[in-house]
Amino acid sequence: MLAATVRVAGGSGGIALAEDCAQDAFVSALEAWQRNGIPSNPGAWLTTAARRRALDAYRRGRLLDSKLPELALQHTMQDNLQLPMQDDGFGDDRLRLIFTCCHPALAREAQVALTLRLVCGLSTADIARQFLVSEATMAARVTRAKKKIAGARIPYRVPGPAELADRLDAVLTVIHLVFSTGHAAPSGDLLVRPDLVDRAIELARLLVSLMPDEREAQGLLALMLVIDARRSSRADPDGELVLLAEQDRSSWDRTLIAEGDRILTGALRGGRPGRFVLQAAIAAVHSAALRYDQTDWPQIVGLYDLLWQRWPSPVVQLNRAVAIAMRDGPRAGLAALDEIDPGVLTGYHYLPAARADLLRRLGRNVEAAEQYRLALTSVGNAAERRFLERRLAEVS
Amino acid sequence: MSQYLILLYEDESFYANASPQVLDEVMQAHNRFAGQVTELGAKILGGNALQPTGTATTIRDDVVTDGPFIESKEALGGYYLIEANDLDQALAVAKLCPANGGGVEVRPIMVFD
Repeated sequence: MLAATVRVAGGSGGIALAEDCAQDAFVSALEAWQRNGIPSNPGAWLTTAARRRALDAYRRGRLLDSKLPELALQHTMQDNLQLPMQDDGFGDDRLRLIFTCCHPALAREAQVALTLRLVCGLSTADIARQFLVSEATMAARVTRAKKKIAGARIPYRVPGPAELADRLDAVLTVIHLVFSTGHAAPSGDLLVRPDLVDRAIELARLLVSLMPDEREAQGLLALMLVIDARRSSRADPDGELVLLAEQDRSSWDRTLIAEGDRILTGALRGGRPGRFVLQAAIAAVHSAALRYDQTDWPQIVGLYDLLWQRWPSPVVQLNRAVAIAMRDGPRAGLAALDEIDPGVLTGYHYLPAARADLLRRLGRNVEAAEQYRLALTSVGNAAERRFLERRLAEVS
Repeated sequence: MSQYLILLYEDESFYANASPQVLDEVMQAHNRFAGQVTELGAKILGGNALQPTGTATTIRDDVVTDGPFIESKEALGGYYLIEANDLDQALAVAKLCPANGGGVEVRPIMVFD
């Protein structure tokens, strides 16, 4: 909804106005719905209301109000008085906004932060947690990015055909991060935020249909489908975390897995797989096992080896270490964890949680308890917190 | 339309060691660039090559010193002031700008209302 309102509000300079209008629309929606009941298509109601507000504000010249927040007034706002709601070939306002938010003139971390904030409406606190920085740092990052868009006049549009492929990697990264946030929510009571997951998948589907030759886009979609297929089994009826080892695989959505497998098979053809295709392959190997103890761990370790070459991220190192533990035993896993530079994953609770689990399996309960406590200092999600607390109780 | 300054950062030794023929090629490249800018629909409002950093003088806190403000491997060697629709067009222009062994910075001009 924000994206559609940004178009009316006048492109990149109108983002702040668009946010105001979107807020207004929500407030008046709540008032109207309390009186009249929820309309059958609440999304459309909100978009229409927000657009109408933006047009009103525009015509009243509110944009000339010097009290407008940090964005400078843009000349194009006067030029684009009658913004056409044209179909520019993408058919989704959010995609237009995401490509603009992922402009190369913005630093990668700013691209991701801005997209999560403006396209997906995540709170600054949640985004900060995902990136292991303070909320103040993240807020400043978003503000700087908005100022850059306005000051340098980054256009609010879809990139032309010549630039499109280059702009894709940042977009894929952003969509994947949205998915991750929804798949294992960094805060709150719920483990999963289905709206974020669904939105990420929807965006990936759009990308794949628009760029049918981009194997990494296919890889991303396949990855998300295969993982989301497990959604209903990841939390028990009380909202408690269920590990992969204990999930009821009969409840996995085999249709989604089959679709993911089909897309992945296509994406694996024709050359060296990129990081999203490799992640999808790892997820597919997991899904192929009917029972956890049938998981092909050697293949998974091999895929993580390839992924590490393509994408030397400490998170990949961590996941690879866990797979090594499964293939070679907890001691080997701990050794692999020790290879990770201790400074880079500070505040990332999965690292001490992984360490704790391996120590627990080795019967080193005192050390395990210490690691579980460490993990608890940085876990944000309530379901994950309760899981860690139960484990801590087991080893104390 | 907005104005941007394109700052050219280049390896000065390239120019110091260049034969007249090479310098002539550089001149040709800049002439071609001017034509390309017009084709893109943008406009060059001004521009100049600068004499090398050996000729620069810096004043800081009223103290006059020899040399450029910032010492860097690639030195500021010239600029173009252009008019473009938006950053994308300015970047398209900047990508065509000849900058030997260095690069360019694109900075929007401040607009005072």
